[in-house]
Amino acid sequence: MAHRGAGDLQGVNEIYAEAFARFTNNGGGQGPSILVDRRRAAFDRFAQTGFPTIKNEDWRFTPVTPIAQGRWKFGSAAVRQWDSGAEGRSLQALAPFRLGGPDWCTLVFVDGVFNAEASHRPPLPDGVTVEPFGEALRRHPELLERVFAQVATSDVTPFAALNAALAGDGAVIRVAAGVELGTPIHLLYAMTDQARDAAFHTRTILIAERGARAQLIESYAGIGEPETRSFNNVVTEVVLGEGSWVEHSRIQRESVAAFHIGLTSVRQARDSHYRSFSLAAGGAIARHDLQARLDGENVETLLYGLYLGAGDQLVDNHTTIFHDQPNCRSWEVYKGILDGKSHAVFNGKVFVKPEAQKTDAKQTNRNLLLSETAKVDTKPQLEIFADDVKCTHGATVGRIDEIAYFYLQSRGIPRAAAQRMLTYAFAAEVVDEVASTPVREALDRLVRARLGTAD
Amino acid sequence: MLEIRGLAAGAGEAEILRGIDLTVRAGEVHAIMGPNGSGKSTLAQVIAGHPAYSVTGGTITLDGRDLLDLEPEERAQAGVFLAFQYPVEIPGVTNAYFLRAAYNALRKARGEEELDPIDFLDLLESRLKLVGWGPEIMQRAVNSGFSGGEKKRNEILQMAVLEPRLAVLDETDSGLDIDALRIVADGVNALRAPDRATIVVTHYQRLLNFIIPDFVHVLVDGQIVKSGGKELALELEARGYEWLTGVPETSKA
Repeated sequence: MAHRGAGDLQGVNEIYAEAFARFTNNGGGQGPSILVDRRRAAFDRFAQTGFPTIKNEDWRFTPVTPIAQGRWKFGSAAVRQWDSGAEGRSLQALAPFRLGGPDWCTLVFVDGVFNAEASHRPPLPDGVTVEPFGEALRRHPELLERVFAQVATSDVTPFAALNAALAGDGAVIRVAAGVELGTPIHLLYAMTDQARDAAFHTRTILIAERGARAQLIESYAGIGEPETRSFNNVVTEVVLGEGSWVEHSRIQRESVAAFHIGLTSVRQARDSHYRSFSLAAGGAIARHDLQARLDGENVETLLYGLYLGAGDQLVDNHTTIFHDQPNCRSWEVYKGILDGKSHAVFNGKVFVKPEAQKTDAKQTNRNLLLSETAKVDTKPQLEIFADDVKCTHGATVGRIDEIAYFYLQSRGIPRAAAQRMLTYAFAAEVVDEVASTPVREALDRLVRARLGTAD
Repeated sequence: MLEIRGLAAGAGEAEILRGIDLTVRAGEVHAIMGPNGSGKSTLAQVIAGHPAYSVTGGTITLDGRDLLDLEPEERAQAGVFLAFQYPVEIPGVTNAYFLRAAYNALRKARGEEELDPIDFLDLLESRLKLVGWGPEIMQRAVNSGFSGGEKKRNEILQMAVLEPRLAVLDETDSGLDIDALRIVADGVNALRAPDRATIVVTHYQRLLNFIIPDFVHVLVDGQIVKSGGKELALELEARGYEWLTGVPETSKA
């Protein structure tokens, strides 16, 4: 899938080789030797492929040249340590990005580094651990050994390989067999002004063991100047044991000048239920790959997405569902709202293996254009090798119906307000699918604020 | 109060209204009847400013104010309310939010303060009674998944909350069973007042058993061909439209 990045590969090699060497020398490669080996292999992989180019089908609409040619500062060492007491920056700056109540476990990462002071860690039930990388390496290295770069393997994208090589911090969450975690876990990855021209590689790992139940929210937020340009390359690995239930929400609202590249890889054992909600609102270039492997019978996978583009934003969602086993169901609805000169890309792949009989897969992508200049490239891609399956897909790109406008206007609501209300209505249909009430309410508030229908 | 003079309107190339004259005074209820395709729904929608129609001649004024110059929301703010024949579904927006937004938009246009959610709930309570609903309906998305009857009731609820000076009911009776019809009619009758007027557009006389009109007008081919009192509706019920159109109704589109 990776492509050789033409002429500048040499430059990429040097810069990143140096970054990798510095990362390793500074103790970034700590941990079991197997992890050190994996990082080395991942880096070799990246060095071999370089960044993808638009000649690569999977990156056709998403030129990453500004990322590839960026002269980024790497790792926490490059960024002055965030001082929560320093002028203009304080814990207060994080307040609008916190979610939920005091019973929620919240790990905060500031400019790619875990921040204990800003985090909130109430007691968790037995069998549940929520740890930043450093802690997990010391106390539960076996979890990292089991999962790190094993679900999101380095051949998925060059960015995944780069993350595996350079991931210096992140979170490792484990919910033991049979444990139901009632309150959500929130991971807040915040970028401050200090993030300017810096590159970050954080990694999140969630393991829900047999029969476990968990709700995870990952937030990526720009909390500094709105024009702060940074490069955030993140990877999330989710493992669902037999009969487990996971709701995974992802909120990306980085600065409009930021580059955000994310990969979420999910592996599901039999009888498990995974539902995700992905909100993409920030970034100059925001790309999220979501891949779910249905690795057992009777698996259910629900993927909901909402992306909001404005200005010159490019927002790209690539989803891949691997129906590897029979009797599984996947259901996917992604919706986009595009204003200004924004450009959205949606690609939804569904692969159904010959043995995956009785697969039930439905994919929907709907886009609402609010301007004449916004555009959408949407592509469903179903590859079905089993004969007894039910697979459907549909994609639409449209504008707000004039009759709907008229209905609201005839009640005295001005056209601009009617547009906001109808746009929110369009978005609410996916937000409403979030199962956890407090999470849904938090997301709803966020979407309302963004679309101007806050009350 | 409402003065329509020589109104001509169409959609695209098609001419639908061909010179309508109508005067509605405060306190009156006028019924507009006519066969399918006569233009009666078009008339209702043109008064409210439906974007699908263009006015090619004539005037509409409400209290001396030229409605044709106004956007649909400005007409609503001037006191016009159209109960839709096909109310629009707005999934994701609750009835409560929608109605309060509309109510406050009208208040704002009058230079009054917006009502907060608590005060608005008080106001709603009495209006809900009018259409025989409990408060649960307010948490449902606007018309989303509503039955035909529920949608029409919701139109009447909106009318009751917004208290228009001129209510125009566009075939509100179509598709309603007798119980729903009665609820809708009760709602309309409860809102009759000396300073308000109502135009009821209908194909059948049935609704007019419950909403007694002061005047009945028959529209044929975009023109009012006959006007009279409430007894005209009964005559139409007995004789059909054929004696006015010269064409058996079944042969008309």
